[in-house]
Amino acid sequence: MTEDAVIGSLPALEMRGITKRYPGVVANDHIDLDVRRGEIHALLGENGAGKTTLMNVLYGLARPDEGTILLDGQEIRIAGPSDAIARGISMVHQHFMVVPVLSVAENVILGAETMSGPVFVDRRKAAARVVALAQRFGFDLDPEARVGSLSVGQQQRVEILKALYRDARILVLDEPTAVLTPQETGEIFTLLRRLAADGRSIVFISHKLYEVLEVADRITVIRRGRVIGERRPGETTEEELAELMVGRAVELTADRGVSRVGETVLRVEGLRVADDRRHEVVPGADLEIKAGEILGIAGVAGNGQDELVQALIGLRRSLGGKVTLAGRDVTGFSPRRMNEAGVGYVPGDRHKFGLILSFPVYDNLILTSYYRPPFARGPLRNDAAILESAATQIERFDIRTPSAQVTTSTLSGGNQQKVVVAREFDRELKLLVLDQPTRGLDVGSIEFIHRQIIAKRDAGTAVLLVSAELDEVLEMSDRIAVMYRGRIVAQLDGRTADKAEVGLLMATGGRDTATITATPAATIEETRA
Amino acid sequence: MSGFGRVRRAALLSTVKRAAIGAARPIAEPLAAIVLALLVGAVLIVLFSGLVARHSAFDLGLPVAAYAALLEGAVSPNGMTATLVYATPLILAGLGVAIGFKAGLFNIGGRGQFLMGAVGALAVATVVGQTQSSYITIPLALLVGALCGAAAGFVPGALKATSGAHEVVTTIMLNYVLVFVTYWAISGPLALPGSPQPISVDVATRNAALPIILGRDGHLGILVALVAVPLVWFLLYRTTLGFEIRAAGANSDAARYGGMRTNRLIVLTMSLAGLLAGLGGATTILGVVHQVAPGYDTTVGFDAITVALLARSNPIGVMFSGLLLGAMRAGAQTMQIQAGVPPELVDALQAIILVLLVVNVLRRWLDGRSRQHGSTPSAAADTAMLADATA
Repeated sequence: MTEDAVIGSLPALEMRGITKRYPGVVANDHIDLDVRRGEIHALLGENGAGKTTLMNVLYGLARPDEGTILLDGQEIRIAGPSDAIARGISMVHQHFMVVPVLSVAENVILGAETMSGPVFVDRRKAAARVVALAQRFGFDLDPEARVGSLSVGQQQRVEILKALYRDARILVLDEPTAVLTPQETGEIFTLLRRLAADGRSIVFISHKLYEVLEVADRITVIRRGRVIGERRPGETTEEELAELMVGRAVELTADRGVSRVGETVLRVEGLRVADDRRHEVVPGADLEIKAGEILGIAGVAGNGQDELVQALIGLRRSLGGKVTLAGRDVTGFSPRRMNEAGVGYVPGDRHKFGLILSFPVYDNLILTSYYRPPFARGPLRNDAAILESAATQIERFDIRTPSAQVTTSTLSGGNQQKVVVAREFDRELKLLVLDQPTRGLDVGSIEFIHRQIIAKRDAGTAVLLVSAELDEVLEMSDRIAVMYRGRIVAQLDGRTADKAEVGLLMATGGRDTATITATPAATIEETRA
Repeated sequence: MSGFGRVRRAALLSTVKRAAIGAARPIAEPLAAIVLALLVGAVLIVLFSGLVARHSAFDLGLPVAAYAALLEGAVSPNGMTATLVYATPLILAGLGVAIGFKAGLFNIGGRGQFLMGAVGALAVATVVGQTQSSYITIPLALLVGALCGAAAGFVPGALKATSGAHEVVTTIMLNYVLVFVTYWAISGPLALPGSPQPISVDVATRNAALPIILGRDGHLGILVALVAVPLVWFLLYRTTLGFEIRAAGANSDAARYGGMRTNRLIVLTMSLAGLLAGLGGATTILGVVHQVAPGYDTTVGFDAITVALLARSNPIGVMFSGLLLGAMRAGAQTMQIQAGVPPELVDALQAIILVLLVVNVLRRWLDGRSRQHGSTPSAAADTAMLADATA
C-alpha cells in the first residue's frame, strides 16, 4: 500500500462536528475525524479525553447532541450496535465478548449464523467460511478449539475474526494491546496491516505512543474532548505526541538515577503458593531485595506473580517457605501486621483490593489506618483528623478531585491510582510492593507515579515491582527477575538487560538458559560500577 | 420538522429530569416508586369499582376518595398514633435489614428474629413478671427479647462465616424453624397455667405491658424505635466499627486488605440485625399484642425488606419509609369504611413499590438511556474530566 494511494482515496468514514454532552461536561466538543479506505488511523488521547465516547457515538451506543456521521459520503444515523454492524462498522472491545465454552467457529458465527432451514445452524458451511476467512488473513487459529483454552492474544483474534465474518469495513479496536505480550503485539500489528491492505479501515485507540507511531498511517490526538492535532508518524516524535496529549512537556522515560543500596530488607526463601483452584502456581520462589533498590519482576501475566505478591502481603496463605523483613520473620503475617511492619502495597487490581469505589476519597485514604490515632479515638472516628489528612494528601499527591468527599468511582483511573499511592506511600516504609502500579493509566499519571516510586527508593525503601509492561520493568528496575511458571528463571541487571532477551525469557522461561543461577545483587553492583 | 420538535422535547424533558434529580438525587428513586405505585393502585381501584364492587360503572373518582380516606386515617390525631404504632416494628426490623445491606448481607430472617424477640419478652413476663415490678420486668423483657433476636441472627451469620452458607438460604430456613419454636414455646413452657386452650400469659397481668405515652395506645416502643434510628446511624457513620461494616459490604476484598476481619463482621452484623428485629418483636408483644396463641406469626420481617430498600439502607431513611408503610397500614381501615376499598390494597401498593425498587427500572430511567448503554466507563471518565476542570 503506498502513501499516495491512501491520501488520494475518499474517506470511508467521516465524523463531522461530533458533540456529546453529559451533565456538567462536554465529552466530545465538535470533533472531526475522517478515516480513509485502507488506512490505520490512530486515536490518541489520555483516559477521559473522550476517545471512548466518540467511538460509542460511532457504534450507536451514545447519541451525539450535534454533528453528523458520513459513511462513504452518505450521511447516516446509527440507531444502535446492530445497526452499526449491519453498516459494516465493528468494534473490538478491551474486554472480549466471547463465550469461553464454545469453539472458535461457534463464537465467530454467534448472532450471524448460517442456517440450513429455519431451525438448524449449518455448521459445516459456517466452519468452512470461518476457515476460509482465517486463511485469507493468515490467522493462526484452530476453528475447533475451545475459546476458553486460548491465550488472550488468540481470543483477541477471535474477536477480530468475528468482525470480519460480519464483513466489517470499518474496524474499531479499543486499546487492543493492553493485554498482550510484546510478541503478540507484533503479531496483531502485522494482522492490522494486512487488513488495511485489503481495503478495510481501522481505527486504533491507544494511549501508547510508540505503538501508534509504529502502526498508524495517521494519528489524531484528542485532549479534553477536542481534537488537538493530526500527525503522520514520519513527521512527529513520541515527545511531541505526549505533549499534545497531555498539554505540557512530559518526561517519558523515568530517570531512575543511581541508588544507594543498603542492607537486605526482604528475603523470600522457598515460598510456595497455590491459586484459588489450589494449584501450586508458585512452587518455590527465592528473592532478595535490599534497601534503596527496585527489583522488577518481568513475566507474562498469569505466571504466578499475583499469587506471589498476595502471599507476600498476607492476602493469601502460603504453603511453605519463609519471608523475612529486615531480619524479622514475617511469614504468615496478616495484611494489617504487614502494614504495621512497614510494608506498603499497590495492588494489581485497584478496584478489587485497592479501593472501595463507592466510598468517598477520604475513606479510601484511611483504609489501612482507620483504626488507629489520629483517625480513631477509641471506638469513634475522628472525622476532623481524617479530612485534614485527606486534604494534605490530595494536595501532595496531586489527586484531581473536586473535594475529598467525592465518591472515588467518579475519579479517573489515574487519580484513583493516586489515591492508592497516597495511602501507601505517605509514611515510613521498609518495603513497597507494587503490582502493575500504572496499568491502564495515562502518560501524565504514569510519569507522576514513577517519580514517586523512585523518590521512595532513594529514601531507602526496598521496592518490588511487578509489571506485565516490559518497558516499565526495564525502565524502572535496578535488577530484573524473570518469572516463568511460578519460578524465577533468571535475574539480570536492570541497566544492561536487553528487551528482546527479557521478552524471550518471559515467553519461554529460557529453556536452554534455565540453568542461569540467580545473580547475587552484590555481583550486579560490581558490574554496574 | 417533527424530528426537530422531538429533539427539542427530549432535550427539555432531560433538562427537567436533570434538575429534578439534581435537587433530590438520593430520594428521587424511592419517591418515583411511591408515586408510580399510587398510580398503579389508582388503576386497581378503578378496576375494582367496576368489576368487583357493585357499582354501575367504573368509578374514576374512587381512587381520589380512597386515597383521601387513607390519608385521613393515617394523619388524624388518632390515626397519627396508629401510624407510629404500626411503624415501630417496621422501623426496628427495617434498621436490621438496612444494617445487613450495608454489610453486603441480605437478611431475610426478620420473621424468625422478630418471633424470637416476642418469645424472649414473653418468657421474661412469664417467669419474672409475677414477682417483680414493671421497672424491672419491662427493661429485662426488652433486653432478653433483643438478645433472643440477636441469637436468631447470630446463627446464619456464624454459618456464613464458618462454612460460607449463604444467608438468604439459611435465614429463610431458620424462619420455618423459629415459627415452630414459637408455636412450641407458647403452647408449652410459656402457656398460661390452667387455661383450657394453650395461650400465653397476658403481659398486662405480669407488670410487663409497655406504658402508654401517646394517645390511647401509643406505647413506649415508639420511643425505642425513634431512638434506635440515630443510634444505628451513629454506629454506621461515626464509629470505626461502622466503617468496617460498610467497607466489608461495599468491597470485602479491600476490607480484608485494610486489615478488617470480615468473617467476624458478618457474625456481628447479623447478630445486630437480629437484635433490632427482636426488639421489634418484643415491643410489639409488650406494647400491642399482650397475649398470643400458638400460631402467632408476623409479616414484619418481609415488610422490613421493603422499608430498607425504600430507604436505600439509610437509617434516617428507614424512619421515613417505616412511617410511610405504617401510615398505609393505619389508614387502611378508614379507607375501607369511607371508600369501600379493601384494606388489601395496601399490600398491593407495598408489593408494587418493592417490585419497582428491585427491578431497578426507575433508576435506569432516572440515570438516562445513554448512560445505561455500556458507556459507564466514559461516564466515569467524563466526571473525572469535570474533576480535572474544577481542580
